[in-house]
Amino acid sequence: MPKDELKAGFRLVGTRPNRPDGLDKVTGRARYGADIVAANMLHAAVVRSPYAHARIKSIDASRALALEGVKAVITRADFPTGLTGEDWNLQENTIAGDTALYDGHAVVAVAATSALVAQDAARLIEVEYEVLPHVTDVDAAMAPGAPVIRAGNADHSVPEGMHPNVVRYIDFGHGDLEAGFAAADLIREGTYKTEATHQGYIEPHACLGQLGADGRGEMWVCTQGHWYIRRMCAAVLGIEAANLRVTPSEIGGGFGGKTTIFMEPLALALSRKAGGRPVKLVMSRAEVLRATGPTASASMDVKIGMKKDGTITAGQVNFRMQGGAFFGMSPIAEALPCAFACYDIPNLMHEGYEVLANRPKAAAYRAPGSPMAAFAVESLLDEMCRELSLDPLQVRLKNAAKEGTKSSYGPTYNRIGLVETLEATIAHPNLSAPLGPNQGRGVAAGFWFNHGGETSVSLQIGEDGTVGVSVGTPDIGGSRASIALMVAETLGIEYEAVRVNVVETGSLGVNEPTHGSRATFASGKAAVEAAESAIKQMCARAAAEWGIDPEAVEWADGAARPAGENAGKFPPLTIGEIGAKMGGTGGPISGHHESVPGGVGASFGVHVVDVEVDPETGKSTVLRYLVVQDAGRAIHPAYVEGQYQGGAAQGIGWALNEEYIYGADGRLQNPMFLDYRIPVASDLPMIDTVIVEVPNPGHPYGVRGVGETGIAPPLAAVANAVAAASGARLRTLPLSPPKVLAAIKAGQ
Amino acid sequence: MSRIHITTTVNGETAEFLTEPRETLLDVLRNQLGLTGSKEGCGTGDCGACSVLLDGVLVSSCLVLGVEAQGKTVETIEGMATDGALHPLQRQFIEHAALQCGFCTPGILVAAKALLAQNDNPTETEIRYWLAGNLCRCTGYDKIVRAVQDAAAEMRGAA
Repeated sequence: MPKDELKAGFRLVGTRPNRPDGLDKVTGRARYGADIVAANMLHAAVVRSPYAHARIKSIDASRALALEGVKAVITRADFPTGLTGEDWNLQENTIAGDTALYDGHAVVAVAATSALVAQDAARLIEVEYEVLPHVTDVDAAMAPGAPVIRAGNADHSVPEGMHPNVVRYIDFGHGDLEAGFAAADLIREGTYKTEATHQGYIEPHACLGQLGADGRGEMWVCTQGHWYIRRMCAAVLGIEAANLRVTPSEIGGGFGGKTTIFMEPLALALSRKAGGRPVKLVMSRAEVLRATGPTASASMDVKIGMKKDGTITAGQVNFRMQGGAFFGMSPIAEALPCAFACYDIPNLMHEGYEVLANRPKAAAYRAPGSPMAAFAVESLLDEMCRELSLDPLQVRLKNAAKEGTKSSYGPTYNRIGLVETLEATIAHPNLSAPLGPNQGRGVAAGFWFNHGGETSVSLQIGEDGTVGVSVGTPDIGGSRASIALMVAETLGIEYEAVRVNVVETGSLGVNEPTHGSRATFASGKAAVEAAESAIKQMCARAAAEWGIDPEAVEWADGAARPAGENAGKFPPLTIGEIGAKMGGTGGPISGHHESVPGGVGASFGVHVVDVEVDPETGKSTVLRYLVVQDAGRAIHPAYVEGQYQGGAAQGIGWALNEEYIYGADGRLQNPMFLDYRIPVASDLPMIDTVIVEVPNPGHPYGVRGVGETGIAPPLAAVANAVAAASGARLRTLPLSPPKVLAAIKAGQ
Repeated sequence: MSRIHITTTVNGETAEFLTEPRETLLDVLRNQLGLTGSKEGCGTGDCGACSVLLDGVLVSSCLVLGVEAQGKTVETIEGMATDGALHPLQRQFIEHAALQCGFCTPGILVAAKALLAQNDNPTETEIRYWLAGNLCRCTGYDKIVRAVQDAAAEMRGAA
């Protein structure tokens, strides 16, 4: 569908009203995971393995149980057996069985009458371990002789003869790779490595769980997706999903890391063992860093062939990723398709390996896999552009994927906006800002698929014509506002007349989490469908009152109006008038929509960063930063900008500072914000944004989804800028000052 | 463990509580006084989500013991709006979309208020360095800095 066939000329979409939850969040009233109490509540603490890999020989909780106030202690023996596949993964990660698989792996949990007593009790629990050999590096984990983390985990895809830690192999491609490289004037290859990073949400995981002997329970939890929490907890505990009612708190950041469970079943199991008393469990920051989140670490080979004019003739990648000690947790299946997704390349080959290592079970992190892939591919492209004296943005434009391009991962693109995004970048004034000594400019492009996912929305017309919308996607960054804008636009009423509520699992059909950039796309699309359904019913009520055919009624500006030959015969009936009478005209009016929405529109972004590198210390300072990204349509532009800026900031942290540092003993050496250093205000400049709008034909307002793409380009953009500023081309992140300094010295 | 009786002033009102000597001011505020607007993001003084004013001085309440509040005044996010009217910082944060998840917001607002109390016209750099002890993972700080700048301008205009 061409752009101009989509809805245009909006009254509300594209404006910047105050978010409906703003007042609660600036006054301290908003209730997050740890902000709730229940009568007769207990507090929990968790005993975690201090070893990267160790057999659990014995657990003695007698001293803890003797402490006044201690009400329950649980181990793996308190959980059902016989789970398989991902359910087993979840249970094994929630609480170790025979073997602790990483530093921080939960082994025992205790509930007591106060948090301090629970922590005292945890220290009194004696666990005897037999330390086993461990491995934490992805390349080391697949090398001959590496300790086997768990034999028999590899699926049928893995080629024969590989180390048992290699559990998944993926390959795909198209064209004739050999011919593609033969047609190139320049062929270059490189190996790139990224360390694991953490999502770094400021709110630690927290929940309040209650479970009775009858298998019925409730949970309050900070999560991106409470139906996921319900399903996973039910599986791990062996209870029925419908008997667990899960209510999402406000969420203090997630970025993918709160799409799964880590410790929630512990609270429920403790509650069950303590006679059904509610149990509150709040992680410390060290627990968050040691035992939740992180993303995979990656080791990546890239080979690209290019003609002298910048045409890419062939591309080849071989990626290795570890996502912890559990099958299926690395984003290898996402990283590979993201590698060349920005470009129209006739000859491509992708290969990837997932490898187990003694690290925490990885979770999704904003565009999972895409930042690593972009770091490798966009870095090598930058090197080749420099070698051929070509403008890196023009080369990207020359090879850019567009509508009709067969994507690197198979499907043919619908309407996409990479060309428009590159053109807007090239036209931006930041590209002509002068650079001083030791300063350099880097550019990179990035991609994310975006996502539909299971979605259920309900919309209720109130007696006064105001509208409630029940959604199942927690609001992390303004989605209540964007959904209210679309509903108000569709109904022709004021933004303030719509209240969007994130409701618990008993109120709607199953919803996937707020992930994959889907909340405004999928819940928004469903809410618009629900509003259209309510409009039909309101038109029917008006038609009945007027005694005309429902088809002869149209809806405009918040009212039903007689149309066609009846036009003007009756005064309009407003939503308020229809709502006031609905009890006598057929009862409540509500709209529902359930689907796995199609029409997902991919999004592309281009980042430009200017960096100054201190030649004496190797420290990089970000001077200027530009994010240009296709939003499809920015429903609430301020929160779209916020997503662009936040993604860039996380990517800058990944590029310059952030990494999981494991000692030779396999223990995480930096499990606190002092040492796991995310960007602070004084590390960053203002982050300039350009919202490109190439509407997605698959959404009533053109939405693509904006959250994920912004973290894909920065790793490479920053590395390319550091190379331009200092001459030091680093292929391993982060670009910490000592590493950059050493590279500068080596190059002199 | 024996507990100590503490009398203090929180947001202008007398408050009393019993606390173990090892309990932090943050835990007392959240668990005993019901003031959950101050957040724990790290417990080690690195994230600033628990920022409060203690006798007018900006502190991380996770690094202060509850017993240290004896005879002092404590100001938290819950006391920032007065007589039902939002502080200019609070209003500017909403209008600038300077919060996404909102978890760091109370601490940042308290810290920014402390900045403006001693510098009514801070530069962008001064704001960034003052707020360097308040981590935000969502926004990249851009809109936060702008909201503080505009609140400062508004307060200068009103003075």
